[in-house]
Amino acid sequence: MSRLNRRTMLTTLAVAPVAIGAVAQSASSGSDKKTFKTSESPRKKLQKRYFPNFELTTHDGRKVRFYDDLIKDKIVVINFMYVKCEGICMPITANLKRVQKLLGDRIGRDIFMYSITLKPEEDTPARLKQYVKAHHIKPGWTFLTGKPDEINTLRRSLGFKDAKAKLDQDLTNHTGMVKYGNEGRLWWAMFPGRANAPWIVECIQWMDGPNGKPIPRADLDKALSKESGHKHSKT
Amino acid sequence: MAPNTAAGEARTRNHQALTTLPPVKFYEVHQREQLLSVHPDLPLQRMWTFNGTVPGQTYVARYGEPILVRNFNDLPNDNGGFGIQSVSAHLHNGHTPSESDGFPCDFFGQGKFYDQHYPNVLAGFASSHPPLGDIRESMSTLWYHDHRVDFTAQNVYKGLAGFYLLFNDFDTGNENTGFRLPTFPDFDVPMIFNDKNFDPDGVLAFDLANRDGILGDKFLVNGKIQPFFEVKRRRYRFRWLNGGPSRFYRFYLTKSNLTNHPFWIISNDGNLLKNPVQTTSGLMIAVAERMDVIVDFSSFAAGSIIHLENRLEQCDGAGPTNNILPAGQGNKVLEFRVVSDTVTDNSVNPATNPTFYQVPTRVAERITRCFKFDRENGQWIINGKLFDCDDVRFRVKRNTAEIWELEGGRDWSHPIHIHFEEHQVLERNRNTPSLIERGRKDVIRLGEGDDVRIYFRFRDFVGRYPMHCHNTIHEDHAMMLRFDIDDTGNNNEDCDSH
Repeated sequence: MSRLNRRTMLTTLAVAPVAIGAVAQSASSGSDKKTFKTSESPRKKLQKRYFPNFELTTHDGRKVRFYDDLIKDKIVVINFMYVKCEGICMPITANLKRVQKLLGDRIGRDIFMYSITLKPEEDTPARLKQYVKAHHIKPGWTFLTGKPDEINTLRRSLGFKDAKAKLDQDLTNHTGMVKYGNEGRLWWAMFPGRANAPWIVECIQWMDGPNGKPIPRADLDKALSKESGHKHSKT
Repeated sequence: MAPNTAAGEARTRNHQALTTLPPVKFYEVHQREQLLSVHPDLPLQRMWTFNGTVPGQTYVARYGEPILVRNFNDLPNDNGGFGIQSVSAHLHNGHTPSESDGFPCDFFGQGKFYDQHYPNVLAGFASSHPPLGDIRESMSTLWYHDHRVDFTAQNVYKGLAGFYLLFNDFDTGNENTGFRLPTFPDFDVPMIFNDKNFDPDGVLAFDLANRDGILGDKFLVNGKIQPFFEVKRRRYRFRWLNGGPSRFYRFYLTKSNLTNHPFWIISNDGNLLKNPVQTTSGLMIAVAERMDVIVDFSSFAAGSIIHLENRLEQCDGAGPTNNILPAGQGNKVLEFRVVSDTVTDNSVNPATNPTFYQVPTRVAERITRCFKFDRENGQWIINGKLFDCDDVRFRVKRNTAEIWELEGGRDWSHPIHIHFEEHQVLERNRNTPSLIERGRKDVIRLGEGDDVRIYFRFRDFVGRYPMHCHNTIHEDHAMMLRFDIDDTGNNNEDCDSH
């Protein structure tokens, strides 16, 4: 019910004319008209809304700021995971490894991959480092932990959340999707972590914009089929 | 006809029917930013438009008159906070060759253009019903909108949507001829509904941290917040379109004494029903559904006020609660004001039970395919798989019929849209569908655990098309698959395969 009520922010709104057919042109009531001024740039607004500048710790034990050090001016790929994930996070990690391989030395140079733990109490930097080693993850892909309440806020502000509490509390619901974006261009979207790796690479390469030189899909498919043990299912 | 790549055309595949159905009208459309007012009390908004307006300019098309639209991408470098400067305009749901359909992966960047050929031809013209097609496949209310994969919700939220109306010798746009439906445009008015949010600066804001579905607290009709519309004391045809991004509506006409004014539904998803159906208990519209209705204002005194009111409660993007709010406590989306002018009305009275088109007869289907829409660790999956533009999930054999069974998962509601062909709903949860759903459609509402059987024929053209959730937030989170139509077909995703 309450969700259907008008927010107070724009309570002064009157009824405006509809721009169709034979319409009447009428001014608003205007008596207590609000004055709006846009003080901040769209980029600044996004930063405030979605990208808290929390201090996080990398798997190498470095202290970093989420906005300043990790995403500002960068093309980024962000997911959430935890070490003891009972097999759910593994296929995603394995798939993102393919993505990392396909993008080669761009990862860590102008595209940055971040995996943030959903269980910061358990996943210390040392433990994340162990995970990185065990899975032979290459540089340019950073695993992160931090203060539990801040990690939770970060998760939700990045959109790894569900409106229904019972779904939101189930951490496994936040391990599948992966956020990608170009901070400077204000482009943000998500791909499913288990999607075909060449397709994911295509998505990430869109973040280069019109001047990018994307690796053609055929080359990505070819590079992947060379990888031993991986069957790429195509119809 | 090959793409004119040298001149900057982004099309990648040849036109299938440009020479056999040559265009008789040519349109040049520029997708560009335009400052527009959504409300007198709010600042001008940086909208993305087709030729400067939101909704985009209405196409008034006729069967038998093919058109060619040259779509330019003139979007600005600065997106203002959301949206991507890369587009693919989809005509929903024309009988359109794949290369002109606005496939989600046929997007193109700034400075390029894309020629889209809309043949305005009836299904069956090159197969079962040559040369003109099956009149029972006639469509009337279509719309067009951006369909850029992963960014559709953002780009459409910025304004990239409009109407495409198709007339013929029966649905003429003139109430003195054919089916005698109210005359366009004076008494035949398309209305697109969108619910949106504005930030404390009064600037349109898209929630980039939402993957459930975005609900707005401001209700826009044709790009204006909760407007009024003056009506004369006669019948009107309104073409109601839920333009999304995510909300389900149940519309009532609420009189000032809080009783309901009945109205007639004549068309579902742009397909005229066999006969009008009257409702006194509202009308549900999911995202991308179009419902044409006849509202008779002749019984009202001048000065009367009637509200178009959404009474369906919805608290989050997952789907409506299905609670119906009491009259007067829903969202008053639009206010009708009855004016005193005396006016003639030669339009057909729906109470006389006029017959429009028959439902097309069925032929034996080649295959039944099954699709389960579900969620896995926050990822949308269809039969366990994920979207990829290059992954052809199954192939339909051209000029054959198929039955599809769509099944909804737990916790979520989805309006599922299938491009290119209109389908008939055979069964909903093992029961005969309602009168309104018994015609032809292109959007299927899948509530939690729903099971719907649909039938269609894939005729005339070949190429790639998607099936996807039209909660555009779900769609952008990859709740989509690609199927192709060709001359061999395959049996992937048949019901025995999973």
